[in-house]
Amino acid sequence: MIIATNVNKSFGRLKALDNVSLTCNKGQSISLIGPNGSGKTTFIKCLLGMVVPDNGFITFNNKNIAHDWAYRAHIGYMPQTGRFPDNMRIAQVFDMMKDIRKDSATGLDEDLITAFGLDKILDKRMRTLSGGTRQKVGASLAFLFNPNVLILDEPTAGLDPVSSEILKEKIISQKQNGKLILITSHILSDLEDITTEIIYLQEGKLKFHKSLQQLKEDTGEEKLTRAIAHVMKLNLHP
Amino acid sequence: MKKIIKYVVLDILRNRIVLAYTLFLLVISLSVFNLEDNAAKGLLSLLNIILIIVPLISIIFSTIYVYNSTEFIELLVSQPVKRTGLLLSIFTGLAVSLLLAFLVGAGLPILIYSASAAGFMMIAVGLALTLVFVSLAVLASVITRDKAKGIGVSILLWFYFSLIYDGIILFILFQFSDYPMEKVTIGFSSLNPIDLGRIMILLKLDIAAMMGYTGAVFKDFFGGFWGILYALLVMLLWVLIPVWLTVRKFNRKDL
Repeated sequence: MIIATNVNKSFGRLKALDNVSLTCNKGQSISLIGPNGSGKTTFIKCLLGMVVPDNGFITFNNKNIAHDWAYRAHIGYMPQTGRFPDNMRIAQVFDMMKDIRKDSATGLDEDLITAFGLDKILDKRMRTLSGGTRQKVGASLAFLFNPNVLILDEPTAGLDPVSSEILKEKIISQKQNGKLILITSHILSDLEDITTEIIYLQEGKLKFHKSLQQLKEDTGEEKLTRAIAHVMKLNLHP
Repeated sequence: MKKIIKYVVLDILRNRIVLAYTLFLLVISLSVFNLEDNAAKGLLSLLNIILIIVPLISIIFSTIYVYNSTEFIELLVSQPVKRTGLLLSIFTGLAVSLLLAFLVGAGLPILIYSASAAGFMMIAVGLALTLVFVSLAVLASVITRDKAKGIGVSILLWFYFSLIYDGIILFILFQFSDYPMEKVTIGFSSLNPIDLGRIMILLKLDIAAMMGYTGAVFKDFFGGFWGILYALLVMLLWVLIPVWLTVRKFNRKDL
């Protein structure tokens, strides 16, 4: 579904992505893992066309995304930090997004809005919201249009345990609906029951792309947390 | 694109600065026309105020607005929206609100007190300058990532066009005063939209006779239909070139 070929991106002297080639297929649930600054968010932003790669290309359903924009109708994106226009109310943000994506929506999925209790504070302005509530708005927006691909950048960071659980259940239910899910997170225990594939990035390079099962077998560990810790140690002290 | 323009215009109306700008223009125009007994004199006083204020407010407000909509832009680029369309919508939204403000604030009083050829020319110039400086503002705010720097660039641009440029021209004209510079000054005037606007209005006010031989050359060149068409075309280029550069830059920008 998504194929990235030799994607490179530098910010000044820093090489954020170094020849990354990846294939993501429908029905997979992929975790992007790596230390801070390893290029996870940059890669996600490249997929969304928010960051333009220096060279290499990315295809979505066999179409190059470079000069395309319509493909984003199939993607729900939850950014790392929810940044929204300050003086809009929650309801206005939702209405605006519905208005803009009207043609592409195949039935709205407003489960998360009610599950998070956002429907009770719809008239609050975005600038008055706490970081966690903004995250909830971001998550609700990502799921709102029933997209085939969900891209979640640190979805559970900043959420309280109850909300975090609600979001995880939502992700799992979408996974069972056969959607492609891409997640980055540092909270590995959260990823354990969600993920089927692991992509490990370090200093902008793709270290490996394996199924969870394979990774566990290769490292001889039972838990994802331990397996990744094993990999990180190996990479630090080879 | 229409939807995004709607949201931009609504947002601008909500923050009331444009409303204050409209009232400000209205108060100034009405008081100028009421102070002078002669409408042409009033127009002349208004000319200088408009040539300073309209570009200043247009460029500063637009620059700050674009920076303040960073979140809005970030939110929308991850959605199925064309980047070019998004940028043009923001430009159009800004332009529409500021054009309306000028029409109500200065256009109405001019039409009431001095609906002459000069009055209409002044409205046209005011509208054109609004567009030019909104497009320069959008350019300045897209090429510089830092907000303070972007606003600084905008202020400098305004400063350049309203003061520094005239100084440079005067200097050149004095240095080359032994040579026939009249034709060249027409070329110079095209390089500064504010100067071009001033010339177009002055020619309609019939005080070009006081500007000596250069004034006669201007009258000869800009006075006729082709002159006005030329001025219009130059103004249009002053809008289109910055917008084109901005779109090009914005399409490759990392957000």
